[in-house]
Amino acid sequence: MDDAIISVRNLHKWYSGVHALKGVSLDFKRGEALGLIGDNGAGKSTLINILSGVQTADEGEILVDGKPVRIARPRDAMNLGIETIYQYNSMVPTMSIARNLFIGREPTRFSVFGVGILDQKKMGSESIKAIANVDLHLRSPDALVGELSGGQRQGVAIARAMHFKSKVMILDEPTNHLSVKETQKVIGFVRGLKEQGVTGVFISHNMHHVFDCCDRVVAMARGEVVLDKRIEETSIDEVHNVL
Amino acid sequence: MKRLFKTYLEKPELAGLILLVLLVVIFEIRSDGVFLNQDNLRGILGILPETGLVAIGVTILMISGEFDLSVGSVFALMPMSMAVLMVEGVPFPLALLAGLGVCAAIGFINGYVTIRFEIPSFITTLGMLFIARSLTIVVSGGFPPLLPADLPNWLFTSFVGPGHMFRMSFLWFAGIAVLTSLMLSRTNFGNWIKATGGFHPAAASMGIPTARVKLACFMLCSMLSGFAGMLQVLRLGSPLPSIGEGLELQAVASAVIGGASLAGGIGTVAGGIIGTILIRIIDNGLVLSQVDANWFKFAIGFLTIFAVVANAWMRKRAKAIKMEN
Repeated sequence: MDDAIISVRNLHKWYSGVHALKGVSLDFKRGEALGLIGDNGAGKSTLINILSGVQTADEGEILVDGKPVRIARPRDAMNLGIETIYQYNSMVPTMSIARNLFIGREPTRFSVFGVGILDQKKMGSESIKAIANVDLHLRSPDALVGELSGGQRQGVAIARAMHFKSKVMILDEPTNHLSVKETQKVIGFVRGLKEQGVTGVFISHNMHHVFDCCDRVVAMARGEVVLDKRIEETSIDEVHNVL
Repeated sequence: MKRLFKTYLEKPELAGLILLVLLVVIFEIRSDGVFLNQDNLRGILGILPETGLVAIGVTILMISGEFDLSVGSVFALMPMSMAVLMVEGVPFPLALLAGLGVCAAIGFINGYVTIRFEIPSFITTLGMLFIARSLTIVVSGGFPPLLPADLPNWLFTSFVGPGHMFRMSFLWFAGIAVLTSLMLSRTNFGNWIKATGGFHPAAASMGIPTARVKLACFMLCSMLSGFAGMLQVLRLGSPLPSIGEGLELQAVASAVIGGASLAGGIGTVAGGIIGTILIRIIDNGLVLSQVDANWFKFAIGFLTIFAVVANAWMRKRAKAIKMEN
């Protein structure tokens, strides 16, 4: 169980003159919860955007299960089993929970060139199952996501990732703007990933949250990895010092 | 009961529907029963498809988060290009295809420029409003061409049904309304339209081809507007270059009265149609009630603001109704 599910090798990214990623190499190990820490502009969001297909690297390679892959679009990442939950929330507030769960991957009864009739029965029953699986209690899959609290929305996003059997779940600052109670809930979700055999990447500003639920911590600063240790071999103070 | 109440409050077209019923009752009383008689209804239903089809296109485009001010000009350009082709001897079906092709091209340009250069569609289509209107007059050469005598009016404008109640155009309208409505609510493409307009970053990060979705909506909107323009020209019997002026704002008013949100993501085809019917009914009802017809635009303006305020209020009320698990 110690092999890498995703490896990145020597990733570089420039933004109009700014060298945002300076040759980052990192292994994401199967079934591990990895905490990614760094200040604003340290390059963690760039790294995550590259893995989720929102941006592409200027240089370097990505290996999934040891094989080199090209992630040019979000759909490529999703097909590889990499699901990302963003801080700005990856839900459409004006749509129902059931519809949000299946955005872009709607089950259809038949389709022509990818466009077809929705299987609404299946969407309803599967979303009830998916929500229950992450221990979330919601009144109905037809409720609008806009009516849910921030923590419940993250819960639905996680339920979505689980439902589509993602192998790697990237959570980009999922505890931002959440109350203490809801933060605990999200941290609980991250702990739960391991039992389901899902690799978690947890990005946060908050050291305590990372130390609460991760097995390994990686710190980035100025576009480079400056620390990569198991939680039990390091401390909050040490991570603070390298940043 | 509470849940039912909440579900209905959340329906965006509800405010428009209530107003519609109210106005029908008022006009029926004020006009001493003339409003709902067969001849008057036949008149309303004869014109309705033309503005209704435009409203459908504008509503769907608005749900996808964009905007089209060029529909009124496309409404004139499409039949004008058909007429010019037919004068040159091109048969009707080919001219129809060419006309729809022109509309599709305009929709494509609207969408492509908006998306590629990341500018507001308000600006792109405002420019297209002038461009398409100008083209209409240029291709007509200043004089509206004479339409050939052998047009398939039986397919588009003839009266049909019991008591010759409907024009054929109404059947086209009804069919297109049902199809687009089903597309929006029952297909995955409809889901993508709502997601794209509802919250673009989320739709894009979930792998929805948002640029293509918007392009398709722009093209659909232009084609429906052009088709509607052709219906009007066939009804009037002459391709006037000035038809459809001011239609763009009326169509936006229809969509908004029907509950569509300018911010995108919210709205229904049925709502857009209800909005159109409201406008047509006010137009007609004011005359029958012997009110000075110059109040028409006042009424449309008032209705637009009122409907949006009512919708916002109802949505808030619906949200306030807390449901237990």
